[in-house]
Amino acid sequence: MASFWAKVPQAPKDPILGITEKFLADEDPCKMNLGVGAYRTDQGKPVVLDCVREAEKRIAGNFNMEYLPIGGLKEFNDLSVKLAYGDECAAIAEARVASIQTLSGTGSCRLMADFMHKFAPDATVYIPSPTWANHHNIWRDANVAQTSFRYYKPSTRGLDFEGMIEDIQTAPSGSFFLLHACAHNPTGVDPTSEQWSEISAVMKEKGHFPFFDMAYQGFASGDCVHDARAIRIFLDDGHQLGCSQSYAKNMGLYGQRVGCFSIVCSDSEEASAVESQMKAIARPMYSNPPVYGARIVTTVLGDEELKELWYKEVKGMADRIIHMRTLLRENLEGIGSSLPWNHVTDQIGMFCFSGLTPEQVDELANDHHIYMTRNGRISMAGVTSGTVGRLAEAMHKVTSG
Amino acid sequence: MAHMMTNNAVKPVAHIKLSSRAQSAKALRVKPAKGAKSFKCATVAGSFMEGTEQAPPDPILGVSDAFKASTSPDKLNLGVGAYRTEELQPYVLEVVKKAEAIMMEKAENKEYLPIDGLPAFKKCTAELLLGADSSIIAENKIATLQSLSGTGSLRIGAAYINAWLPGKTVYLSNPTWGNHKNIFADAGVEWKMYRYFDPETVGLDFAGMMEDIKGAPDGSIIVLHGCAHNPTGVDPTKEQWEEIASLCQEKGHLPFFDVAYQGFASGSLEEDAFAPRMFAEKGLEFLCSQSYSKNLGLYGERVGAINAVVNDAAVATRVASQMKRQARAMYSNPPVHGARIVSEVVGDEDMFNEWKAEMEMMSGRIKSVRGKLYDYLCEKMPEKDWSFVTRQIGMFSFTGLTPAQVENMTNKWEVYMTKDGRISLAGLSAAKAEYLADAIVDSIKNA
Repeated sequence: MASFWAKVPQAPKDPILGITEKFLADEDPCKMNLGVGAYRTDQGKPVVLDCVREAEKRIAGNFNMEYLPIGGLKEFNDLSVKLAYGDECAAIAEARVASIQTLSGTGSCRLMADFMHKFAPDATVYIPSPTWANHHNIWRDANVAQTSFRYYKPSTRGLDFEGMIEDIQTAPSGSFFLLHACAHNPTGVDPTSEQWSEISAVMKEKGHFPFFDMAYQGFASGDCVHDARAIRIFLDDGHQLGCSQSYAKNMGLYGQRVGCFSIVCSDSEEASAVESQMKAIARPMYSNPPVYGARIVTTVLGDEELKELWYKEVKGMADRIIHMRTLLRENLEGIGSSLPWNHVTDQIGMFCFSGLTPEQVDELANDHHIYMTRNGRISMAGVTSGTVGRLAEAMHKVTSG
Repeated sequence: MAHMMTNNAVKPVAHIKLSSRAQSAKALRVKPAKGAKSFKCATVAGSFMEGTEQAPPDPILGVSDAFKASTSPDKLNLGVGAYRTEELQPYVLEVVKKAEAIMMEKAENKEYLPIDGLPAFKKCTAELLLGADSSIIAENKIATLQSLSGTGSLRIGAAYINAWLPGKTVYLSNPTWGNHKNIFADAGVEWKMYRYFDPETVGLDFAGMMEDIKGAPDGSIIVLHGCAHNPTGVDPTKEQWEEIASLCQEKGHLPFFDVAYQGFASGSLEEDAFAPRMFAEKGLEFLCSQSYSKNLGLYGERVGAINAVVNDAAVATRVASQMKRQARAMYSNPPVHGARIVSEVVGDEDMFNEWKAEMEMMSGRIKSVRGKLYDYLCEKMPEKDWSFVTRQIGMFSFTGLTPAQVENMTNKWEVYMTKDGRISLAGLSAAKAEYLADAIVDSIKNA
């Protein structure tokens, strides 16, 4: 009997997570995985933060596993929005922030996309070019029209600020804009504070809705407040924005799937209504979010000492990455590459948008057992002082042919 | 029986209402003129979210909220299906505590799982469903993804159906778990109902069920509760299951099992998996969602799986790849903690046996409390046939109480339950059985 599913084709491998699969299949002992953005120590090992281990000890045996409410752990949501918007944020004090615990950054973005589909079905989401590949999947699966706005300028390997402003201005009033709050993925190119202010002003003029995807707060510069400055600028300018937060990288809680989705509303009644609708979308998707990771975050952020420890540890991770960038650039320039490599240290966050072509990326994988995504994005978090030399050599080889 | 239709569907909000403020600025979200693509919005003065309507509280999870808000010493929460001890406390299984202690020792990292979840978990969940010696597993004719408990697994299945069986209708039992409708609706899949519960016999309307399944167009999707039907507690007999399987085969239907209570219904993992295993033996393809919320008490950890039993291994691989695509755009990869607990427990023979014993204890307590309730009800209102209380199986009992009677239960007796007349026996203690019997009898006679 023919299968129901005989005509179902194989789905293409996920461009990011599929790299890890290829890496795992490679038997070369010196192979390097610079694909997925997961932090590694200088010994190339995954790390669980000390503040997290301590939080786990405090949690162990002290809680039951009952369902969380649909909106998740309230304390978690309160601490998260304070982290994003600032302890003194007026909107929080005035109970104007609708918030819900989510399945990390992906889950937050998906809720925003589904929210748009339900309540602004004719709107288009403007997504920066390029962006994290999964953004496209999320808004497409939510049946929301998407288009792109200029962001990255390959010729300078920096921000196409003029192009970006122009596209914001020409978009129909009331469009939705997806913005990376800091450490843009995949390019590592962020606007300056002055540029953020200009972006905010133009968006205000056009009545656009800003949605910030903040997956790297603390991880970019090492300073949580500094990394959230774009959001704070927008809030000061009176935007009623949306925000997705992830604790995957900055607290190393990758597999725990912890995040927060929030929207700043005009008053508390509206916030309550919006929050109720967020829950109405979540209930038929997963009913209520996983508890374990949220308890960890709540324990860490809710304790002064643990929070201070966390700040130190996240700065430590950011500093190591900045150091790797420096070493990579030094190595490339040192072995005599004639190409410009300043972008390696100009860019910020986990990723270096190297400028390598897909063919060069393939050569790195096939000939050098070094894996990265085909857009030339290198996860600097996967580089160590022991491997940076080999990486530089290999990059030089494939770019000087 | 209108009240059977548990309606917790969110009132459709097609348009955000315009406030005068928004109207005087620019229209917030007017229906665009024909052909117009632009979306107008309020300027500085107005809000995007203005006019968003408050969604009604979830009919099931909202009951717990109402219960929490009550200050009465007599209050009883028979709303959500979460197991409680005789002392009416939440229960973390001993074997789960052991597993967590082992995990703390191992100090494993927290890296992303693959999109389809923890490999060790996927293996053991498929084996729990079909049996460790299943030829289907040996021949790789099953696609399994770890997902977000029952809800998340159903949603992946629904999204997959929407993508690969467009235009097909899903048939849900009448009544069914309230969230089923929302899951399929949000995934863009049309749903209808088949007759299931017979209020006259307080049992299964088997003839009606078979007629409706037969009447559905060939190749429809039929959602079946693997065991311990929610909300009625009424399950088909083994013979009836065989007939349902044959009919599905005849009609080329795709069964979609929701297995949320394996081990919890009868106390036996094998017994409770009879229906899906028998369908598999018969060579039917089907989808199956699993949840470890109740049977391992992992409620808040969100552990479950979506399975597709397929008659060709190459096809199974492709099906898995497409389900992964759905998952990637929803949550990327599933939470690791709960999955590790399941694999620790199932992977160790002693712990696995301990688990089975604890499951027997939990389902045993529920059977016992059903018995007590039955005795008191017979005592207080002998003229009514209360046999359904002990005939129904699993966590829930479908009392047949009307919405007005349910209101009386709550307002007069502080008994919190869902409006469809469902009570969760898992939330009843032997000590409160008589009180509950009084409440039920009073509500039937006087409300």
